[in-house]
Amino acid sequence: MTDNPSLLAVENINKSFIGFKALDSVDFTVRGGEIHALLGENGAGKSTLIKVLTGVHQPDSGLIKIDGQAVNVRDTQHAQNLGIGTVYQEVNLLPNMSVADNLFIGRQPMRFGFVNRKLMEQNARKLLAQYDLHLDVASDLSRYSVAVQQLVAIARAVDMSGRVLILDEPTASLDRHETEILFAILRQLRARGFGIVFITHFLDQVYEICDRVTVLRNGKLAGSALTAELPKIELVSLMLGRTLAVATHDTHRDRPAPEIRQFSFKGVGRSRSIAPFDLDIGEGEVVGIAGLLGSGRTETAKVLFGIDAADTGQIHIDGNPVLIRTPQEAISYGFGLCPEDRKSDGIIGDLSVRENICLALQAHMGWFDRLSTKQQVILADKFVKAFDIRTTDIEKPVKFLSGGNQQKVILARWLATNPRLLILDEPTRGIDVGAHAEIIALINQLCDDGMALLVISSEIDEIVAYSSRVVVLRDRSHCGELSGEDIIPSNIMRMIAAEPEGVSA
Amino acid sequence: MNTRLLPLYATLLICIVAYAVCVFQFPMMFSTRVAGNLLTDNAFLGIAAVGMTFVILSGGIDLSVGSMIAFTGVLLAVLITHYGIHPLVAFAIALLITTTFGAVMGAIIHYLEVPAFIVTLAGMFLARGMCFVMTTDSIPINHEFYSYLQGSYYLLPGGGRLTFIGCLMLIVFAVGIVLAHFSKFGSYIYAVGGNRTSAELMGVPVAKTTIGIYALSGFLSGLAGIVFSLYTSAGYSLAAVGVELDTIAAVVIGGTLLTGGVGYVAGTFIGVVIQGIIQTYIVFDGTLSSWWTKIVVGVLLFSFIALQRVLVLLSSKRTMAFRSR
Repeated sequence: MTDNPSLLAVENINKSFIGFKALDSVDFTVRGGEIHALLGENGAGKSTLIKVLTGVHQPDSGLIKIDGQAVNVRDTQHAQNLGIGTVYQEVNLLPNMSVADNLFIGRQPMRFGFVNRKLMEQNARKLLAQYDLHLDVASDLSRYSVAVQQLVAIARAVDMSGRVLILDEPTASLDRHETEILFAILRQLRARGFGIVFITHFLDQVYEICDRVTVLRNGKLAGSALTAELPKIELVSLMLGRTLAVATHDTHRDRPAPEIRQFSFKGVGRSRSIAPFDLDIGEGEVVGIAGLLGSGRTETAKVLFGIDAADTGQIHIDGNPVLIRTPQEAISYGFGLCPEDRKSDGIIGDLSVRENICLALQAHMGWFDRLSTKQQVILADKFVKAFDIRTTDIEKPVKFLSGGNQQKVILARWLATNPRLLILDEPTRGIDVGAHAEIIALINQLCDDGMALLVISSEIDEIVAYSSRVVVLRDRSHCGELSGEDIIPSNIMRMIAAEPEGVSA
Repeated sequence: MNTRLLPLYATLLICIVAYAVCVFQFPMMFSTRVAGNLLTDNAFLGIAAVGMTFVILSGGIDLSVGSMIAFTGVLLAVLITHYGIHPLVAFAIALLITTTFGAVMGAIIHYLEVPAFIVTLAGMFLARGMCFVMTTDSIPINHEFYSYLQGSYYLLPGGGRLTFIGCLMLIVFAVGIVLAHFSKFGSYIYAVGGNRTSAELMGVPVAKTTIGIYALSGFLSGLAGIVFSLYTSAGYSLAAVGVELDTIAAVVIGGTLLTGGVGYVAGTFIGVVIQGIIQTYIVFDGTLSSWWTKIVVGVLLFSFIALQRVLVLLSSKRTMAFRSR
C-alpha cells in the first residue's frame, strides 16, 4: 500500500500564533488505502495541523495538495467539498436534533421547497445500515451513547467527503468493545481506498490498526515511518525527543538521598483516574514523573493536590496522618501546584506581574489580612530579581510576558507562600530554549534549598537532568521507579514502552 | 417517551385546565365570541411571539420587539395621516424598514460577536427614540382602507368574529410551524441553537442563518406593529412598552428552552392563548386588577423554567448512565 499515490499532502507548512510557532515547516502525506497515525504530546501541533487541513486556520506559508494539485482550503465547508471529512475529539454534532438531521443537515433532500423528511430518514437508515447500525433515525441524537454518536459523525463525514477521513482521538471515550466496532469500520473504509488520519495517544492502537506513523514534536516533524518497521521504543523516543539544546548535565543523581522522606503517600489512587500508587518524597529531593500523554501524569498531580480527591490510600506528612480532599487543605499542608495549562489554569493574564505573584500568598492569609501595596511591591521585586523575570515593569499585565517568564511568575506565586512540596506539571512546555535551561536551573536551586519537588515532564532529557528519582507511568498506573545511576533516557523509554530490559533501543 | 415534548404537553394541559376553570366559573366564556375576541386582542402579541420563538430557538434574544411595534405604529400614522400615503404603501415601507433593522442587528450580532442581548437592547432604545423624533403626540389614523380592514371579519357559528388581524395571526403561526419544521432555514435555526460551533463545522451557513433570524423577527415585529395600528387606529410613541417581555414569556411558557435548540412554534401559540385566557378571566370577574395577569404569568414562568431545568438534568443523567454501561 506504500505504492498508492498520495491523496492529501502538506508541504512545508508554517503556522504561528501570538508568541509561538505551532507548526514549523511540517510535511505530512496521506495515501489512499492507508490508516495513518498522527502522534505527538500536548502542544506538539497535531490539532493545529488538523485545523489547517480542515480550513479552520489558514497556514502562514506552505502548500496543501490534493491529488497533487495545490489547493487553498478556505473554510470547513470547502474542505468537505474537497473531500476532507473530519470527526473531532469532542463529537461535534447537534444533540438536540434527530439522527437523520445530523446526517443530512445542510444537504437535506427537498421536495416542493420543503425538506422531504421521509426520504431523508430513509436515506439515513440506508447509510447507517452500511455500518451495521440500526437506529431510530427520527429520535434525538442525545438519546444515544457517545460511541454511537461517534459512528454517526463518521458516517456523516464519510458520506460527505468520500476521500480523506480525519479522526481526532476517536477512541478516547470508547470502551474496548466500541473501539473494536470502530476499527472494523475503519478497516472497511481503508479497503474502499480512503486515506484515514488517526490521532490517538494509545500506542497499542497504533500498532493494531495503523499502516504508517507520523510524529510531531514541538510543532516540528519528528519522524515518519511504516508502523511495521518502527519498533515501539523508537516510536516512544520520537514522541518524547532527545533534544535538549542546553547542556544541563551537572546532574543531581549523586545528591545524597534524604534520610527521612517527610511526605508519604501510601496506596493513594482514584478510580477511573489513576491506579493506587505509593510515593515518598523527602525535602531536598526532586522526583520526576515520566510517561506519555494520557498515562496518568496530570491525574497523579491532581490526586496529590486534592483537585480530584483520592478515594483510597493514606497520606502522612512528618509521620502524621492527614486528609487532603481539597486544594485548600493541600495548600495548608504546604503544597503548591503549577498546572499544565498555564494559560487557562495558571496565570491571570489581565492582572499585573505583582498581583499574580501575590495571589497565592494573599489567598493563604485570608480575606481580612490584606497585603499592603508596599509589601506586594517588595515581594514582587524580590522574585523578579531572584528569578530574572524579564518585564519592563511589575505592573505590566502578565499576558504580555513570554511563556518562560509567565512560568517564572507562577513559580514565584507559589514560592511566596513558602511551600514544602511543590508539584510542577510540565513546567517547560511551550517556552523557548533559553528559558528552558533557566527553569531547570531554578528547579535544581530550589531542591538545594531543601524543598521537595515533584516534576512532571514529557521531556526525558530534562527529567534525567534534575531528578533524584524517576517514577514511570503507563496506562494510568505507576509502573516503575528508577534512581541513582539507573536514571538514563534509554531505561525510562524502555519502561514506557514496556519492553523487557536488555532489548537494545 | 420524548422528554422534549413534555413541556409542550404541560403547557397544553395548563391551557385546557385554565380554560375549564374559567368556563366552570363563567359559562359565558365557552363561546366563539370570547375565542374570537381572544385572537383579536392578542393578534399583535402572537405575531411578535412567532418571531421571538425563532430568535430564542437559535439561542438569542430580541429586546427590540416592543419598540419596533411602537415605531411601526407611529411611522404608519405619520405616513398615512400627515403625508396621505395609502396604507398598503405605508405597510410596505414599514416592513422594509423593520426587516432591514432586524437584519442589521443580526449582522452585528454575528460579525462583531456582540451578545444579542446588548445589540437588541440598543435597537430597543434606538427604535423607541425614533418614535419621539417623528412625533411626541398620539396621532389618530382615519382612512377608509383602515375601516375596511377593521370591519372585515368571518362570522363564526355562535356569533364570534374571526377578524382580519386574528386571522392574520393564525396564518403567521401556520407559516411559522411550516418554516420551523419543514424548511432548511428551520433546521439551521435548530442547529445554531443546539451548538453553534458544531453547526459551523457541519457546514451550516451560520452567518446567513443568524441574520435571517433577526430579519425575520424584525419583519414580524413590523407586522405586529401594523396589526397593533389596525387594532388601536393610532400611532403613539409610548405604545407597546414591554411587549417583548410578554412575547418572551409566551415563548417560554410554550415550552421553548431559553438556551436554544429545543421548542415548538405551536407551543408559543398556546403560551399566547394562556395569557389571553387569564386576561379574559379578569375582565369577566370585573373586580380583579389587571395586574393579576402579570402575577399569574410570573408564576407560570417560574414553574416552567424549573420544569425545563429538571427535565434537562434528568435527560443528561440518563445519557450518562447509558454511556457508563
